[in-house]
Amino acid sequence: MRERTRATRILLILSPGYKDLAFPIWLIAREDAGVRIRRDHARRAGKHFQLNGKAPARGRRTPLAPRLASRYRSTVSAPTPPTAQLVVSAERLSRSYGRRRALDNVSFTLEQGQCLALFGPNGAGKTTLLRVLAGLLRPSGGEVSVAGVPLPGGAQVRAAVGLISHQSLLYPALTARENVEFAASLHGVPNPGAAALAALTALRIVERADAPVRSLSRGMQQRVSIARAIVHSPALLLLDEPYTGLDESGARALTAVLRERRENGAALLLVTHNLHEGLELATQAAILRAGRFVRQDSRSSIDADAYPEIYRELAGALH
Amino acid sequence: MLEGAWLIARKDLSIEYRTRSAFLAALAFALVSVVVFRFAWDPTTVTALDLAPGVLWVIFTFSGLLGLFRSFGVELAEGAMDGLLGAPVSREAIFLGKFSANLVFVVAVQAVTIPAVVLFYNLALGSEWIALAGVAVLASIGLVAVGTLFSAMALNTRMAELLLPVLTLPFFVPVVVPAAQATVVLLGGRPIVEALPWLRILLAFDLVFLFACTSVFRFTVEE
Amino acid sequence: MESHARSLPEHTSARPESRPDWLLLTAVLAVAGALVRILWFTPVELRQGVAQKIFYLHVPAAFIGLYFACGIVAVSSLVYLWLRDERLDLVAESAAEIAFLFLSVVLVTGPIWGKPVWGTWWSWDARLTLSLFLWFVLLGYMLLRSAVEDRSARARFSAVMGVLAALLVPFIHMSVYLFRTLHPMPIILKPERPSLPNEMLVTLLVSMGAFALLFAALLRRRYRYAHLREGVVAREEELA
Repeated sequence: MRERTRATRILLILSPGYKDLAFPIWLIAREDAGVRIRRDHARRAGKHFQLNGKAPARGRRTPLAPRLASRYRSTVSAPTPPTAQLVVSAERLSRSYGRRRALDNVSFTLEQGQCLALFGPNGAGKTTLLRVLAGLLRPSGGEVSVAGVPLPGGAQVRAAVGLISHQSLLYPALTARENVEFAASLHGVPNPGAAALAALTALRIVERADAPVRSLSRGMQQRVSIARAIVHSPALLLLDEPYTGLDESGARALTAVLRERRENGAALLLVTHNLHEGLELATQAAILRAGRFVRQDSRSSIDADAYPEIYRELAGALH
Repeated sequence: MLEGAWLIARKDLSIEYRTRSAFLAALAFALVSVVVFRFAWDPTTVTALDLAPGVLWVIFTFSGLLGLFRSFGVELAEGAMDGLLGAPVSREAIFLGKFSANLVFVVAVQAVTIPAVVLFYNLALGSEWIALAGVAVLASIGLVAVGTLFSAMALNTRMAELLLPVLTLPFFVPVVVPAAQATVVLLGGRPIVEALPWLRILLAFDLVFLFACTSVFRFTVEE
Repeated sequence: MESHARSLPEHTSARPESRPDWLLLTAVLAVAGALVRILWFTPVELRQGVAQKIFYLHVPAAFIGLYFACGIVAVSSLVYLWLRDERLDLVAESAAEIAFLFLSVVLVTGPIWGKPVWGTWWSWDARLTLSLFLWFVLLGYMLLRSAVEDRSARARFSAVMGVLAALLVPFIHMSVYLFRTLHPMPIILKPERPSLPNEMLVTLLVSMGAFALLFAALLRRRYRYAHLREGVVAREEELA
């Protein structure tokens, strides 16, 4: 087993793809191509943010993820042809820290327009799962692909993902607008200024757009953080307790934005402790415990009244 | 092509411009040191010309380190590093962006400190100032490349403030020694040809370490 | 890496530590033998007197510390970044510590030799200066390792530093030599690399061999310790 992996790695070194170790310039050129593709996609999908989250007419466009995937295939070789409509496909995904298995053989798929609500006690591996899908952590086993690109997929995957983390990911010294605009330009959004304004408007924080983030309250910062994550219209939105700190108006704005994103073909992965708010948007739900999915249901089969009882039972001992 | 690097550098500089705290601190440190160093030596036995180059480069080294702490501290405070790493820009572009912003920072400190040294030490600096500026920039590239890389690592450790100087100072030897020696030649009014061997070392160091640090940066941020 | 981790416990249990370390024992005897030869069976050098005998310790320690030990640190760091085999990280860790030990010997014997010969404890001799800076780099390397909790980060960070240090050495070398050629030192008796009389050459080679053996034995022992320690850490993680 060890021999085989090492042999694979040596092959990898010899293969042209490994040039990125020795030739960063070459790599930058390649990732630039990724940004270009991304920008192209964003230009077409660019009108998502109509004010107050009004969704554009449905069925007008071809779905988002396959289009993205086919673009990648044409410029950057994608080894496996993506299944139509699949945004995430995880097959026996594992991730270990040293010998501790934070994720243990997790399998699930997520299609466009679907929302997976993920529940679980502290330390169950929820954040690890999000970070793997965001391309911030390498999976240590299993097959995962995001937007048709197998992980770890570099810039292509990161372009397709938006992350709301338990930290705000913002620069306190910059204004809300600058923060969101910076994220937009890093993602190669064609008109970052306008995109940032639209995102801030959708979160109803546009009137504080030019205040430095450090002067905003926790809830306001959370809104900016959400705007930051959605500004490039990602195909996959990863949300780690996004409702934390939001007041009622903020929570409503967030729910509206998430609905609108879903209707436009984005897939959502929502991590939360709050069963009620999790089930509201979900098309499916899963309970994660000690790195494993201990239960997976589609929303239609869930009885919202009985679910808390099931959750307590499954997550119970640890909670 | 280096769009991502440019965006990140611009972002860092505008944060620095907004707060100005690190720049002013580094500048104050540099100026105070210039004055204290002069007082610590007996002017009748040590001439200003002997003292100035060493003082300059020791000060630049330490004031540069002050700026480097800030560079990644800004990213870690609210987890913004995840935002950078999660964006479709290459790690090399992130490094080059951070590097450029730090370089501007260090050169800006030097732009104030060098005239201050000339003033306080009563040095006659004629047209050589252009060459001196060239030496300063050349040396700063090497300093900042190594310093940026190490600060990315040191900030993820315990006792980062202590560790960064200990790790980087040996690496600064082939920068500080040539830069100080070239400064001796220039301030002494000797022909610039005498400084050429030193400049060659500086240039080689810059090329090798800018490339090497850019290449290995990815290993310091992946998980 | 994972499969490697799995192989750790078998490895550790299969090696009871009660067995004597024959390699280390041989190495110690060899060094003792070399010392005997240096002290009693090698002629005293005419100009430098008895002080010259330090040469037989100083040079082998420098040679093996600089070229072998530091070379191993650099190479295993570089290869680690490719293969991500935890064992390479442990080899680098062990070699760095022994390199530090050998360079410490160099830095201690250098001044002791220098005092009678040069008339001063420390002169900024090029080779000695290079050793000193390298000693600082190794010190930093060990500090860095001790300051990082996460094992994977520790391995990556120290490998990065190992690779950069390898690139640094030629630059320090150049700076130090250029510094010396442009600033002639006050009169010193430079111990020139002389054509050694046969007896002295044999002693040097014997000593070199003994030090090489000592290096190998220490490296093996230190590596085993690191291996055991990681096994314990991994087990603790598993139980946690």
